[in-house]
Order: sequence, then C-alpha cells, then structure tokens
Amino acid sequence: MRSRSTRAREGAFAVATDAHRAIEAIWRIESARLIAGLARLVGDIGTAEELAQDALVAALEQWPTSGVPERPGAWLMATAKHRATDLIRRRRTLERKYEELGRDVERDQGGKDVDTAIDEDFGDDLLGLIFMACHPVLSKDARVALTLRVLGGLTTEEIARGFLVPVASIAQRIVRAKRTLTEAHIRFEVPGGPERVARLTSVLEVIYLIFNEGYAATAGEDWVRPALCEEAIRLGRILAELAPTEPEVHGLVALMEIHASRLRARVGPSGEPVLLLDQDRARWDRLLIGRGLVALERAETLGGALGPYALQAAIAACHARAATAAETDWPRIVALYDAVAELAPSPVVELNRAVAVGMAFGPAAGLDLVDALVPEPSLKAYHLLPAVRGDLLRKLGRSDEARAEFERAASLTQNVRERELLQRRAAECAAERMAG
Amino acid sequence: MRVLVLAKEGEQSKAATPPTPEAMAEYQKFNGELVKAGVVVAAGRLSPSSQGRRVQFDGKKRTVIDGPFAETKELVAGYWLWQVRSMDEAIEWLKRAPYDGGTFEIREVSQHEGA
Repeated sequence: MRSRSTRAREGAFAVATDAHRAIEAIWRIESARLIAGLARLVGDIGTAEELAQDALVAALEQWPTSGVPERPGAWLMATAKHRATDLIRRRRTLERKYEELGRDVERDQGGKDVDTAIDEDFGDDLLGLIFMACHPVLSKDARVALTLRVLGGLTTEEIARGFLVPVASIAQRIVRAKRTLTEAHIRFEVPGGPERVARLTSVLEVIYLIFNEGYAATAGEDWVRPALCEEAIRLGRILAELAPTEPEVHGLVALMEIHASRLRARVGPSGEPVLLLDQDRARWDRLLIGRGLVALERAETLGGALGPYALQAAIAACHARAATAAETDWPRIVALYDAVAELAPSPVVELNRAVAVGMAFGPAAGLDLVDALVPEPSLKAYHLLPAVRGDLLRKLGRSDEARAEFERAASLTQNVRERELLQRRAAECAAERMAG
Repeated sequence: MRVLVLAKEGEQSKAATPPTPEAMAEYQKFNGELVKAGVVVAAGRLSPSSQGRRVQFDGKKRTVIDGPFAETKELVAGYWLWQVRSMDEAIEWLKRAPYDGGTFEIREVSQHEGA
C-alpha cells in the first residue's frame, strides 16, 4: 500500500490512476445495465457492447480531468445513447429497420430526462439481456463466455483465466456467439408462456455451469476457483430479484449458497480436496447456509419443491442441517434422490443415489447399485464411479479391490488435486491390507 | 470478496432520532438497488450503545461494562455485509448512498479464519 504522501508526490499521475480504478469499478457496476438498455434500443448485443465500450472510452478520457460525474451510470448511458443515435442516423439511408429505431431513440431522448429513462424498466432490460446471452441457439461454452462478458462485466482475459482456456479462444467464442445471435435473428425480449420455461432452463444451466467450474474445477492445479462461484452466485441472486416468482431460480440460488458455504472447508491446508463427510463443519459458512435455506423455502412455497434444482438443494440442506456427519438424515437423502431420478433419470444421479443408499442401508446395498452401473457406457470415463465403488469396497473390507478402483479413478480425473487425493486413498487401502 | 460496511455514529448513544419518512424512502431505494445487484449479503441496524454491554478480558478475569460507552469517539450504529469484486467497487457503491452526513468505514472480511 502506498502512503498518502507518496501519492501526493506522484501528483497528476496518481489522480489519473485513482480515477481509472474508480472508472473500472463503476464499469463493473454499470456495464450489464448499460449493455442491456442499449441492446433493447439497437436490437443486438454486439452493437450494444460496442456502444457501451465507446462510452467507457469517453469516460476514461474525460473523468480524470473533469472528475467523476454525480450519476456516472446516467452519464455513461447518455453518452452511449448519443452515439447510438449517431450510428442509427448514419445507417438510416441504408436500412429501414434502423430508421424506425432511430425515431424511437430520438423520441426517447427528447421526451424525458435520461435518468428516468434508465431507472425505468432496467430490470426487464437486464432480464432480456440474460435471456439473449443464454439463448439455446448458442453452444454451452458460448453462452457461458457471453454471459460472463456482458452480464458479469469480466474481461476476455479474466474469463480465459477462469476456464484455463487461451484468451484467443474465448475472444473467438464471444465474437462467434454474437454473430450467431445476429444471423439467427434472435430478438431482444423477455419470453413469456411455454417458451419462457425452456429459455429459463437454459439460463439456469449457464449459471450452474459457471458455479460448478469454480466449485469442482474439472481441470488444472486448483481444486476450487472461488471467483467463478462468487460470480455465479451474484448472477443467481440478481436473477432471483428479476424473476422472483420462478421457483427454480430460488432452487438454484439455494443450491449454490449451500454448496458455497462449504468452500473453505473442502480445501485442506496444502490445497488438497477434503470430502464432504470429512469436513470440519465448524468451518462452514453459516450465513450462506441460512441464505440457502431461506431460498429453498421460497422455492418450496412457490410450489417448486420437486424442481431439479430445488431437489438438489434439499439434498444439500440435509447435509447443512446435520451438526455432524453421523447425524445426516441418509434415508431422506435417498428419498430425495428417488425423486431426482424420477424427474431426470441419469447414471450420475443413480451413482449419487447409490452413495446415499450405502450410507443409509449399509455398503453392501450401495455396492449392488454401483455394480449395476459398471457396464453403463456414459460412465466409462467418469472417475467418480470407481471412486465410489472403491469407497464401498473398502468399507466391506475388500481392500485389494478397493485399491485397484481408487487407482483407476486417479487415472481418469483431469484435476491434479483430486488425483493426489485418490492416489492417497489407494495407498491407504494398500496399508490396510498390510495391517489386516 | 466480502466487505463489512460500518456506519459510524459521531456522538455516543443518545436516543437515535428517527429518520424522516423521506430519508427512510431514500435509504430503502438505495438498499433495494444493492439487493437487486446481488451485493447485500446481510444488514442490520444496532440499538444505542446505552443498551450495549462490553466484556473486558484481562488474563483469567472478565469484567462486564454496561453502556453507554462515553469514552468512545466512534461507535457503530449499523452494518452491511456486501459481496463485491473489489474494494473500489465497494467504494463506488457506498458513494451512492443517500446520506448527507456521517462517516462509513469499509473493511474487507479476511479470507483467513481465526481470531
């Protein structure tokens, strides 16, 4: 930290740096709203983002000398809208569509003051932007990148770092996503009726993907990347405010809050993963658990107890409510997995259910279920299948088989930290065999 | 990152003057914006320090002191817990608060646990 006097000596340069930092922070706060409002105006995310960036450049040029305006968000919007009008006028002779929009902009600007124009309905604009960035016409990867960029205000570099992907790939993904939206003539809208359900599912999927990438990093050195979790939770909380009557939104928020409550406890002193039942529950974040339980209750009150996210949140809540691992209500967890399996049957759900059955009714019962999953083609390369099987075999005293399963699981995971954990468990099995 | 925003009260513990309905509405509007932006994790207003207690530690000895705490220059009147991406972002949010007096303090909640 630099002292105040050093700062003073650095004079104008320091002032400019401070202003830049303030502008960066303001950008983070305002960019999504700004892009959303502009996207409604011009119809596409690409142009909206360019106009917003132009306004940012203008701020970077002017604010260091003029000072940050009292209502920076309104200033940015007014500047961007001004440019939008120019742009639309230039295009007017070419495209009739833009002509109509141009008239809308002029009417908008002439009629009422800019502040009101921004405060009004910005919620709907933001929701429209979320639906557009998460449109099912885009691939999952594209949706994730575009969402983090336009709604999270993250730079391409930050997204690339989060997903351990080269910067150029993310940049290309975003460019391509915008082009796809334009080519598919995706409108800026808040969908209603039956379409809304499908579109909302796509939005929730994107947020949960971002969360999970942070929560259990599929690749790389780190076991967790909390920044991605935080971003996903922030998006979830914003969405819950924008669409407060959608039970599954609250279900997803509940799931993320409760899972995030364990973030600190699931990483050991040297960065190694600590599994749920081995975690020190005193390190769980009670505040997040409380928020998660409230969100879950809201989902249930709205009639969404059996939604896929609410059900998973209910399972997470069973763990959160148990003061010790031994007090976990496993039969209830089995029942909840039954409901999940009925709703969206999948081999991964069956595997999780098998774990719960093993805890509720003994390892032999769990192993029967896991063994039935072994031939499943979609689980062939899934490291958690041998990991779970190894765990159950170990409890049954079949250390040799257990060790082989842990070794297989270790060879299948892409995450360095998780591989180390699985190798350690394999070694423990070998040691047990020696001792026994 | 999580930050704790502390509202400091200048004078100790006189019965708090109830805010005007206009000020209340302004505050609620601002707080609503924070909630919509996914910033607020928790918030609370504290009762006057005349109703507070202090426990002083000295070796094995514990001394309980009743409020008000006359010697204290700055007392906490209320708090927010915010989830933000940087200290700068917290500052920019706080600057928008509809207050025309007083001091607010922003402190990062440490990622490390323990006392």
